[in-house]
This record gives sequence, structure tokens and C-alpha cells, in this order.
Amino acid sequence: MATTLDTRPVRPTRDGRGTALPGFVVRTPYYVLTGALALLFLFPMVWAAVASVAPQAGTAQTDGWGFANYGTLVDYQEGIWQYLLNSAIVSGLTVLFTLTTSLLGGFAFARFEFPGKNLLFLVTLAILMVPYATLLIPLYVLLNELGLQNSLVGLALVLTMFQLPFATFMMRVSFESLPKELEEAAFVDGCGTFAALRRVLLPAVRPGLVTVGLFAFLAAWNDFITPLVLISDSDKVPLPLAVANLRQQVMGVIDYGATEAGVVVLAVPCVLLFLVLQRQYVRGFMSGAFKG
Amino acid sequence: MPTSLKRVPTRPPDQVAPAPSRRRSARSRRRLTGWAYAAPTALFVTLFFAVPVLLVGRMSISDWGLFAGDRGVNLPDNFVDAVDLRLFWPAVGFTVKYTVITTVILIGLSLGLALLVQESTRWTGFLRTAVLVPSALGLASASLLFYALYSPQSGPFGEVLRDVGLADGPISFLGTPDAALWSTVGLIVWRFAGFYMLLLLVALQGISADVYEAAELDGCNRWQRFTRITLPLLRSSLAMCAILCVTGSLLAFDQFYILTKGGPDNGTMTIVQLIYNAAFQGGNDLGLAAALSIIVLVVLLVFNLGQFRWLRGKDA
Repeated sequence: MATTLDTRPVRPTRDGRGTALPGFVVRTPYYVLTGALALLFLFPMVWAAVASVAPQAGTAQTDGWGFANYGTLVDYQEGIWQYLLNSAIVSGLTVLFTLTTSLLGGFAFARFEFPGKNLLFLVTLAILMVPYATLLIPLYVLLNELGLQNSLVGLALVLTMFQLPFATFMMRVSFESLPKELEEAAFVDGCGTFAALRRVLLPAVRPGLVTVGLFAFLAAWNDFITPLVLISDSDKVPLPLAVANLRQQVMGVIDYGATEAGVVVLAVPCVLLFLVLQRQYVRGFMSGAFKG
Repeated sequence: MPTSLKRVPTRPPDQVAPAPSRRRSARSRRRLTGWAYAAPTALFVTLFFAVPVLLVGRMSISDWGLFAGDRGVNLPDNFVDAVDLRLFWPAVGFTVKYTVITTVILIGLSLGLALLVQESTRWTGFLRTAVLVPSALGLASASLLFYALYSPQSGPFGEVLRDVGLADGPISFLGTPDAALWSTVGLIVWRFAGFYMLLLLVALQGISADVYEAAELDGCNRWQRFTRITLPLLRSSLAMCAILCVTGSLLAFDQFYILTKGGPDNGTMTIVQLIYNAAFQGGNDLGLAAALSIIVLVVLLVFNLGQFRWLRGKDA
């Protein structure tokens, strides 16, 4: 085997073979390097968490360790609960709209023939080709016409549109990977297509729905430029915008402590969701939707 | 059914006798059902994508104020004004410079990381997660976080540099255009390295171990194996990362809006920031903003089509 031929000190290959030097000689610098990199990447978030409760001169948090920075967040204008509620409404609606639309659309694209099918699918994918930021100017005018400007529902509709290329593609692939016999058995039992979708196919495409939902949630929760353009009432802005505005609250003095507290509140749901769903997320990548 | 079964094999498919009307109506009902399921998608795509695309074209040739609305066609004024803007070419130049720097550093670092963690152990699993976690954060949250990290008064980077003796006063990470550019690149690398690492890791693991063993037997050293096997087989994945990175960087907004607002001295003004300012920050000129959008749209469309064709061509 290769191991006996190759006497050069190589880093162990994927399956753990391949070094002629004693393990620790090769591995110590490797551990030091990877460990240092890991710390470097973790540092900013750990620092944010610590700084948000640390004493800071000239701010709400001058005396000692504690949650005064979070208090600033609660007291700021409409208050953190209002902004959290706005973010939750927008994210919830976006996830709901995206799941419903891509579930039905994916089913249609995978299982039915209808005129205009390929054109519709291509136009849906073309959303990816057109820079999102350049669509915000006409969307601003359009939502005005529809009476949806300055509304959380309008914001969620726009965010859903942007999720559709990935979501529709994902759900189409999910349905196509299911055997046709599954729904044919349901038809024999007297189900219509909708009953077959609801009772038989829905459980089978759940992994796809989870991925689509996670992506939609993260995108909606974190989006910044869309509400910046479309929302003008200060009581309707979602959390990222509120935290960014908070930064300029006091003339000339930036409240870094409160900003860090805001970042922590913003990041916690995302990081938790990510850690819980990490396996599915990485597997989704591995399973080929992104293989290029 | 029995008759059509007998006939079909004897005729070319395009001359198949018309199906009995009962079947035709069943098929048209199925078509209608298909349309019904696709209707929400069609509604979204038409109302919030196709209409805005047409509208941005219409707006770009009109005198269209933020509050005044449509005041009639004025072709080609908006486009002339767009290119004449004092900040147009500086913004184009800065955006391109930022895109090149970000793409080169990000793809290089992500490839290094992917190679470093491709062996699957508990230890590399830890590093993978550590590098990936920032990509769960929103770009705006990450920018706010780095805004505080870069703070001249309380930011830890400045403190560390002072403690080491490399600086003796507050360091201004965002105070000059160059410093602001590199500080932003630092933020973007931190936020996106994990995502591109994951894409490249998937591709690396798709390469069969047999290829490496064969090369080893033929006496290739590690560098040769990297340049002759790994890089060529990663080419399409690297290209995809580069396309995503270039597109994202050309449309950069959140990070500069939060870190610098395009300053200092408009030294970090990007194209999207310019569009935003033209429309909402004092400019109040939606026609001009639409014309700028059309320019960006066309450039990116040409770029994307070129890239896809190049990718396809090489793979085929």
C-alpha cells in the first residue's frame, strides 16, 4: 500500500493513514494551527457576549458587570419587545408563505404537465440572476400602489419572493425523488391529489421543508436592506434596523455596550438554530443541491 | 385503452390517433390541477418579480421623484445623469477593487481551511463548526459586531495592538478609506469563510481516494498531487464560489452602510450605496436610482451569462 512507499512526512490523509514520522511531531503543529484558527473565528462572538455584560465607561453600564446594556435595549424608543415582535411576525410570515408556495409549486413542477410550466420554472430561477437590491426601487413604488408599503405583510411578501428560487428548486427535487407509486396507491384508495399531497406526500418531503424553512427564517430574521427601504415607521422596524439605529442614539457618543447587547439578542436564535440543525444543514450541502 | 395499445407501436409518436374524449378531458383537468398548484408561485413571480423588473425599466427612462411620482418620459436624461454623477466612477472603481480583494482572499483562505479540515475527526469537527458558526449570523449583525470590535475607544483589536507595542494611541480602523476597506474585508472573510469552506469541502470529498493513491504510486509528491489532481478537479466548485463571491461583493451594501456609510470622504462608496443615496438619502430621484439599477443589472447579467457559459463549456 501507499503507506509503505511514501516515507515523506505527510499530514494524515482522510482515512488516517500516511505518516512515517511519529504522530505527535506531525500533529502538534497541526493542532496548534487549527486550534488557533478556531479561537480566532470564535473570538468575535465570545467577545460580544462578554462585552454586553461588562462594565463600560460613559454608558448605562458604568458600575460593574450586569444586564444594564440589555436594559437600554428595553427602554430604547418602542422597546425591544416591539422590535422582537416585528422580527418574529416578518420571519413567521415569510416562513409560512415560502413553505406554502414552494410546497404547492414544487408538487406542480414535479408531478404535473401544464402549459407554461418550463417558462414559469425558469422565471422563478431567474430571480437569482437579477440583483435583489436593484429591484427594491420598483418594489418601493409597487408596494405603495398596493397599499402594502410600510407594512410587515408587504415586507414578508417581498422576502418570500426572494426565497422562491431556492425553495421551489428544493421542493421540486424533493418530490421528484419520491416514487410515483406512493401517490398512485393513495389514488386507488380514493384520494384526490390534494388529499394524497396532505396525507401521503407531506410527511415524505418533510426534510426538504425543514431546510427551506430554516433558510427562509435566517434570511428574513437577518435581512437589513429591505426594511431599510420599505419601512418608515419607527414602531414597525425589525430588530436589525433598530439595533443599527440605536448606535446613533446619543449625539456623537456611540453606546457600544447596548449595540453588543443587541447583536447578542439578534444572534442567539440563529446560532442556536444553526447548532441544532447543523447536521441537516451540512448534509443538505453534501446531498447535492449545491454540488456544482 | 386496448385499441390505442394496439396502434401506438405501429405509428410514429407524433401521429398517434387522438385520445378518446374522456381521456382528453381527464388530461385537461390534470393540467388545470397543475396550474392550480403552481398558481401561488406564478402570482409571486409575476407580481413581485416580473412587474418590478418591467417597472425599473420604465422608471429608468422617466422623470420620477420619490414624492412627486411619475412626471413623464425623459430618455436618456437619467442615464446621462447617472454616468455624470461625481461619485459614479469612484464608486465603480471602489466596488471593483473591493470585489477583487475580497474574492481572492476569501477563496484562497476557504480552500486552505477546507484542505485543513478535510480529514474527519472530532478535532476538525470543532474547527469546522467554529468557522461555520459566523455564517448563521446576519450580515448586518456581523457588521454591528465588528463596528464595536473596531471601536477606537473600547475595541479589543486596538487594545491588543497597544499592548504588543505596535501602536501608542487609539487606532482608527475605519478612519481612512484604505483602513476602512481592509477592516471591511476582515469582517467579510470572518462571516463568509465557513460557507465557502463547506462548498469546497463537499467537492474535495467527492474526489475518489483511488486517484490520489494511483498518483502516489506513480511517485507524485504532495505539491504535484495538489496542483495536478486537486485543483483541476475542484475547478468548477472554485468557479462557483468565485461567481457567488463576485456577485455578492459587487452588490455590497449592509457592511458599508453600517461600518462607514460610504465614508470617510466617500472613500468607501459602493454602487448599491450610491443607488440608495440617489433614491432615499437626499437625492429623492427614483428615476436616477432606477437608471443606476439598470446599469448594474445589465453588467451583472452579462457577467453571469458569461460565467455560466464558461463553466458549461469547460465541463462539457
